[in-house]
Amino acid sequence: MRVVIAEDSVLLREGLGAMLPRFGVEVVASVGDSPSLLAAVRRHRPQLVVTDVRMPPGYTDEGLRAAVALRTEDPGLAVVAVSQYVQHGYAGELLASGSGRSVGYLLKDRIGDVAEFAGQLRRVAEGGTVVDPEVVRQLMQHRRDPLKQLSAREREVLSVVAQGHSNAAAARLLSLTEAGVAKHIGNLFTKLGLPVSDDTNRRVLAVLAYLRSRSD
Amino acid sequence: MTDTLLRAVTGRRFLVSAWPWRGLVYCVTTAVASGILWLLLAVPLTPVFSAVVVLFSGHTSGHLIVAAGLGLVGVGLLALLGPRLALSVARAERWRLRLVGDAPLPPRRRGDLYTDPATWRAVAYAVLLGIVGPMWLGVLGVIGLLVVSTPIAVEYRISVTDSLAAVAGRVVVGLLLVPVLFYLIALFGGAHAALVRLLLYPEPSEELVEVARSRSRLAHAFDAERLRIERDLHDIAQQRLVALTMQIGLARLDLPPSSPAASAMAAAHEQAKTLMVELRDLIRGISPRTLRELGLRSAVEELAAASSLDVRVDAASSRFPAEVESVAYAAISEALANAAKHAATAEVTVTVRRKADRLLVEVRDEGGGGADPARGSGLTGLADRAAAAGGRLLLSSPAGGPTILRVELPCAS
Repeated sequence: MRVVIAEDSVLLREGLGAMLPRFGVEVVASVGDSPSLLAAVRRHRPQLVVTDVRMPPGYTDEGLRAAVALRTEDPGLAVVAVSQYVQHGYAGELLASGSGRSVGYLLKDRIGDVAEFAGQLRRVAEGGTVVDPEVVRQLMQHRRDPLKQLSAREREVLSVVAQGHSNAAAARLLSLTEAGVAKHIGNLFTKLGLPVSDDTNRRVLAVLAYLRSRSD
Repeated sequence: MTDTLLRAVTGRRFLVSAWPWRGLVYCVTTAVASGILWLLLAVPLTPVFSAVVVLFSGHTSGHLIVAAGLGLVGVGLLALLGPRLALSVARAERWRLRLVGDAPLPPRRRGDLYTDPATWRAVAYAVLLGIVGPMWLGVLGVIGLLVVSTPIAVEYRISVTDSLAAVAGRVVVGLLLVPVLFYLIALFGGAHAALVRLLLYPEPSEELVEVARSRSRLAHAFDAERLRIERDLHDIAQQRLVALTMQIGLARLDLPPSSPAASAMAAAHEQAKTLMVELRDLIRGISPRTLRELGLRSAVEELAAASSLDVRVDAASSRFPAEVESVAYAAISEALANAAKHAATAEVTVTVRRKADRLLVEVRDEGGGGADPARGSGLTGLADRAAAAGGRLLLSSPAGGPTILRVELPCAS
């Protein structure tokens, strides 16, 4: 898997560059700001971009803007944005692009769990969607909307599938049977008014819908 | 857009604007106000005049006693009614000021009726309205009569003499005086209104302005310092911590799970991750980025989302001056933290609303109440920040609840 990294902290950029190859990820370019990111992606044509949200010169949402621009050019490009904070507006903007396929939004905290982080990158590169558990937790806890109708178990299941896990992985993580997970997913889709489908991405539409509504 | 009559006079389009007519209405109402003032003043002045009359009509001791009695009654009435009458006049004048421009908010009463400088400024103004007002109104009246009487004068000239030149001269003078009259109305009216402004809206004394400025400078300096600390923590500490956590994560991969170092490294890893969460919360408390970039509503919604309580946010999405947003945010943050700590409730309502030129922030929890600002430094510090921004902080927390924290901040748009 070929990756371009955009991160303005040299320490972190070098760290990622040293860490990812251990998991079979080839880092083709590491850059420190969004113009170089745009240039690097156009030059190297990677499968995946890992970008910091805030980068020079403005330190606001340069990384996200570049990512959204790149995905408009090439909807197939997978992007994982890493951020120091959960920012609803910013998160929603990126996750809404390309109908939520091949996109991820993670807190930088997740980088520490190196193997898990590499797995999340791989899932996004393969077309999945990964939303940080903290984002999911905040949505679960506070929105008075259809998410409130979910049972505690169904919320757990949604939280896990929002991170891009398959039914089998979810079953393992939650100590359930695979059939049990499928049943919960069916129930929560019904409660959220979403059509049941084989497409894995539908699984996170629930979360994405609310993120988008927050970014309006 | 010109905002006062006196400034409008210098505009090129003055004569075709509404200002001459507003000036005219102002002058007419000034005459009415002056008339009413004299009518009301007649009550205390009549005994005084009577005393003078009595004094001049005879010089017996009886005359003297009656004159002294009448004089005392008159002066007493004047002392009793004068200031009150002057304040009523001042109120009416402030209201009338809208005819010729925007009127600011009235000053607040300081001290009692006789010691408040505002009372004596009002009295001074009443004297002006009573004596100087009629003078310039008289001048305007004479010119006005000249203008208004032009047709009659012309009629008279034609019927008495038939000198065309004289008639034409009178007409020209009458017509030329129309714009002159309007300019004079505006000048006199505008000058009078400026006097009203000067006397009835005293500027805060220089000393007070300087104190307020220095407080606001201090608050700004604190805000700038907070911003710098937040930047440093974010740019240096947080990034290093992420890199450190990543290094520990990598090291753990190479440790055989059964080795004694593995569990120690796992513990170190957990601690580093916990520190990352704590540092983030700390930074958010110091100077939240969302507040600066997306505004108060987004920032408060984030606070609400991160809180362990069930927080309902009702806020307008508009932006306010940075200083105002920062104080409002700090107040909401503190109130939510207090509610989470003390209130035996899960429900909190945050309201952020603009009312005229003030931002009103209210945080209400249905908990047990009994919050005491004296116990913690958080609320007193907040009250200081609110005061430095020219606003105030109010807390109501009766035993049994609910606790309501209210912050009012001036925010000129």
